[in-house]
Amino acid sequence: MSAAPIERRDLCDLQGPPLAAASGVLGAMGLIIQRELRLSFRRPEQLLQPLVFFLIVTTLFPLGLSLQLSLLRDMAPGVLWVAALLSSLLSLDSLFKSDADDGTLDQLALSGQSLTAIVIAKTAAHWLLSGAALVLVSPLVAIALGIPGPVFPVMLLSLALGTLTLSWLGAIGAGLTVGLKRGNVLLSLIVLPLAMPLLIFGAGATDRAISGISSAGALYFLGSLCILTSTLAPFAAAAALRITLE
Amino acid sequence: MDSAAQAFTVEKAHVWRGDRHVLKGVSLELHSRELMHVSGPNGAGKTTLLRVACGLLRPEQGRVSWCGRPIGSIRAEFQGALAYAAHEPALKGDLTALENLRYMIGLKRRHTRAELEAALERTGVGSCAHLPVRVLSAGQRRRAVMARVLATRAALWVLDEPFTNLDAAGSALVSGLLAEHLERGGMALVVAHHELPVAGSIRRLDLQA
Repeated sequence: MSAAPIERRDLCDLQGPPLAAASGVLGAMGLIIQRELRLSFRRPEQLLQPLVFFLIVTTLFPLGLSLQLSLLRDMAPGVLWVAALLSSLLSLDSLFKSDADDGTLDQLALSGQSLTAIVIAKTAAHWLLSGAALVLVSPLVAIALGIPGPVFPVMLLSLALGTLTLSWLGAIGAGLTVGLKRGNVLLSLIVLPLAMPLLIFGAGATDRAISGISSAGALYFLGSLCILTSTLAPFAAAAALRITLE
Repeated sequence: MDSAAQAFTVEKAHVWRGDRHVLKGVSLELHSRELMHVSGPNGAGKTTLLRVACGLLRPEQGRVSWCGRPIGSIRAEFQGALAYAAHEPALKGDLTALENLRYMIGLKRRHTRAELEAALERTGVGSCAHLPVRVLSAGQRRRAVMARVLATRAALWVLDEPFTNLDAAGSALVSGLLAEHLERGGMALVVAHHELPVAGSIRRLDLQA
């Protein structure tokens, strides 16, 4: 094979359907999300671990406490939220870690795409696989904890907003700790204090809904936190990653 | 390609790692059809130099320019012209070789599936295109990495020990690819421990520990 033509003749002129058209930021983000989802579905055990953890932890509470349904119902929102925070945290460590370890993160940083867009795509994929999945299984847990059915919409909405906010906060923490050997403990120490407002207002919203009071205030607050973190956290996480890349 | 317009330069780059002065004012200049062979003992800062050249690491002093402009000011343009193969293959074990290429090249430019398959075929791993990378041998992974570099169609190749894990045929292949790349008007910055059997204009840069 002669040297010169490989680029032009052998590679350019072969016909085939375009696999991907990473035209612009959105195409690139779509490609990254697709890649993350595909990787995750090839390793279903990693996908299921946080969910099983969530189910088991919430099952432990009724077993360890009294069997009085009224007491259980009083504690249910708190139990649900603490378990949701902890299980989201389990998967946060791997957000950038595996990519950093095998050199993929360097390639992503050199891909010509903005690091902020890459962080947004990776975090969105992470939320779909952890937060959104958690929201979907939460009714099961809610039934087991005796949360009444009419409360479900408020509970699901608050969990969706809360887990998304947590993913954004976690992206900053994961970006800061990605270069460390045992970063996961530090990650919890960074993220959990920041997650306290989520716990207070998330559990509060569900609690108020159970008591029959309007939970709109708490939901608005969760919504504003979610918007705040989703607009600012990508920049912070990208900056953190840039520091650890050096 | 105009050789003057395609110049890549690193000027007096200094990098400290804590107290250690890793890069002590390294300068290099690359034009079209030139290959810079970087060598030196372990710990001499060869990989650090490559990371500085790619823009992954900002030097404390000195500057890196592409076509006469600092790479920080033309980040997207420079990265579009760059193919970096680090010591880590940056391949995902759970994805097939083709998928690995597709997700990385897709971020850089439009491409067709046939193009990627042709690149894998060219580097001798066409038959493994649909196998998950974790079942490939270290040498086959290295070949897949070269396929990625090839498919990037970049002007500047930055390769960190591209001959690692390769058999004789594989080494000849990489040398051949480098020679073709130079002939096309490309340029390459290569870290290697032995002599490069590449035809073309080769310059040496010896780093001292």
